[in-house]
Amino acid sequence: MAAPGTGAGVNRMAWPFRGGVRLSRHKEHVAGKPSRELPLPPRLVYPLRAHIGLPATPAVRVGQRVLKGECIATPPSYVSQAVHAATSGTVVEISSQPVAHASGMPDTCIVIEPDGEDRAVDRWPALDYESEAPAVLQARIVEAGIIGMGGAGFPSHVKIREGMSQAVAVLIINGVECEPYVSCDDCVIRERPAQVVAGARILKRAVQAQACIIAIEEDMSEAGDALLPFLDADITLARVPAIYPAGAEKQLIVALTGIEVPTRGLPIQAGFIMQNVATTFAVYDAVAAGHPLTSRMVTVAGGVAEAANMWARLGTPVSHLIDACGGAPSNARLVIGGPMMGTAVHDERVPVGKTTNCVLAMTEVAASAPVMPCIRCGECVERCPVGLQPQALYEFARARDWDSAQDWRLFDCIECGVCAYVCPSRLPLVHYYRYAKSEIESLERADHTAAELRERFQARRQRLSRAETERMGDAVDQVVRPQREQPQADKSSATNALRAEVAAAVARGRTRRRTLRSSPGGPSPPDPEAKPE
Amino acid sequence: MTVWLAIAALAALAFSGGRLLAASGACRSTVGMVERIDALLPQTQCGRCGYAGCLPYAEAIARGEALINQCPPGGEATIRALAELLGEEVLPLDPAFGATAPPQVVIIDESLCIGCVKCIQACPVDAIIGAPKQMHTVIAAACTGCELCIPPCPVDCIATVPLPTAIGEWKWPRPEPAPA
Repeated sequence: MAAPGTGAGVNRMAWPFRGGVRLSRHKEHVAGKPSRELPLPPRLVYPLRAHIGLPATPAVRVGQRVLKGECIATPPSYVSQAVHAATSGTVVEISSQPVAHASGMPDTCIVIEPDGEDRAVDRWPALDYESEAPAVLQARIVEAGIIGMGGAGFPSHVKIREGMSQAVAVLIINGVECEPYVSCDDCVIRERPAQVVAGARILKRAVQAQACIIAIEEDMSEAGDALLPFLDADITLARVPAIYPAGAEKQLIVALTGIEVPTRGLPIQAGFIMQNVATTFAVYDAVAAGHPLTSRMVTVAGGVAEAANMWARLGTPVSHLIDACGGAPSNARLVIGGPMMGTAVHDERVPVGKTTNCVLAMTEVAASAPVMPCIRCGECVERCPVGLQPQALYEFARARDWDSAQDWRLFDCIECGVCAYVCPSRLPLVHYYRYAKSEIESLERADHTAAELRERFQARRQRLSRAETERMGDAVDQVVRPQREQPQADKSSATNALRAEVAAAVARGRTRRRTLRSSPGGPSPPDPEAKPE
Repeated sequence: MTVWLAIAALAALAFSGGRLLAASGACRSTVGMVERIDALLPQTQCGRCGYAGCLPYAEAIARGEALINQCPPGGEATIRALAELLGEEVLPLDPAFGATAPPQVVIIDESLCIGCVKCIQACPVDAIIGAPKQMHTVIAAACTGCELCIPPCPVDCIATVPLPTAIGEWKWPRPEPAPA
């Protein structure tokens, strides 16, 4: 598995990935412009649930005063993340708030009202990545609450831990911003190239990768120029043609190395680790500067008066960003993320999170032509970057044929939207795949619950039959033991007759109970041995 | 004459082939069939099918005693799965056994509970914990919403609670159908 190129070389993509589509870039509005800072918002909202893993546990109470950088929620398990306050203020609520979820449902959040003073906790001591052990670097990344900021939100320390225990051939820093409008990573590279490269070195040391490539798109020329002075034999630059979705994890690996990560597999299994540019910057900020993750670059674009890249504190409601860009028309549709893979939200109070790379106010929605039947043109098959059969998956999803959908690799779909984009009949293909995936996952959860219930039912059955046997044994003992112990005793016939009657009565009662209990649907008859109320 | 013999032979072949095809769904009395049927049932243990739990219902189906459309919590999906397993026709859910209800659990009003253990004895999955004269409480995660505990309660302190969908269990809705 040879790493392409050595020295401060610049490599062009050598292996085209299959499919994909060229999209209009829509990045002219922010090209070359510096990023902007935002004034403090009136409140900051922190959802406890990140994209992946268990929700964080609050570490603060309502009414508590917190400082900037203070940890307000801790991860309850390995696959989870810490949350930190982005400014000083008071915790006013821990309650259900609007969040950027496709369902439109609210979720539990910590709400902080800033006090305007922006006082911070002391920074952590800077770590010298060249001398510190990888485990120490990983611990700092956990503490800082860093998750994948390219969109997936996978806890970074988990990825790095896997990298520590398995051989990593290539660490790839993903600056391939392939979605239209989104240019936040480009801005971070242009403005903080030294820190991005330093972050790459820290990660390379943490996972002990043999090589490291920073990948950007061909047309990110300013970003490339900014990086060049800081590159060397250890860290090289690769330029990739601007074909959507070149920035998708597995597609980028193919583009740079020609190696396909196996179906349902992880890149680490093929010796690759990929981290987004923003994540890499956050790693530098945590390890070398001693700050937890409390802000990120966000592109605000679309129908806003003045599109811009902004450094936004995490927890800022997106309405604050849109207002800072001159506002948007009232009929604009809000999208968190890019136009291809973003989530539509209907409440502008949703907060900026660690994975919020872009806020779009969409005013130019494609003329809604009616949805027509599939004509088997095959465009979707040609363009699918994963090599799936979108038209077959569509038919299976429509027919609720979950088994076939899985056989045809439904869960390998990355929901990039290329198939829906090229479909001449305007079929909502990705919507069908998401529907199918969530139905299948729901069935799996139901199966899991059913298995537990089955166990409980069986256990109760066994418990009852054991109790039955014991009771029978006791009743028999009561009658038989006295007879055994005094086999020669001269018993009066009256005592014998009494014992026999008692034994018969016990047996009758037992039979009656058993019959009643096994009759369908009815409640258990009262247990004569239970104490009366 | 030979022609008639040939026709008769072919007819016999076709007939036995047809019988083979008809029996291609698993026979109800196949070994291990009870477990395979039980694996498709929702394990609500409510008894609405007329049997004291899902396993007894599975046993009844395997014996040929019960039809496959008697399970309201399982609904259409379970009927279809059973039909496929047994090679039988899909039947509509028999309304005599009830209607499919949304998911629910039960809750005990602790201010009214007298600690009589009648609900504990009634629960088919032992989802209620407690002891005589001690407070009883329902383990919501283990409760199937079967409602078998409600009739025995002498103080009527058990109520059903619909189970709202948590954000982590939300499902994408089915897209609007395209014109055929």
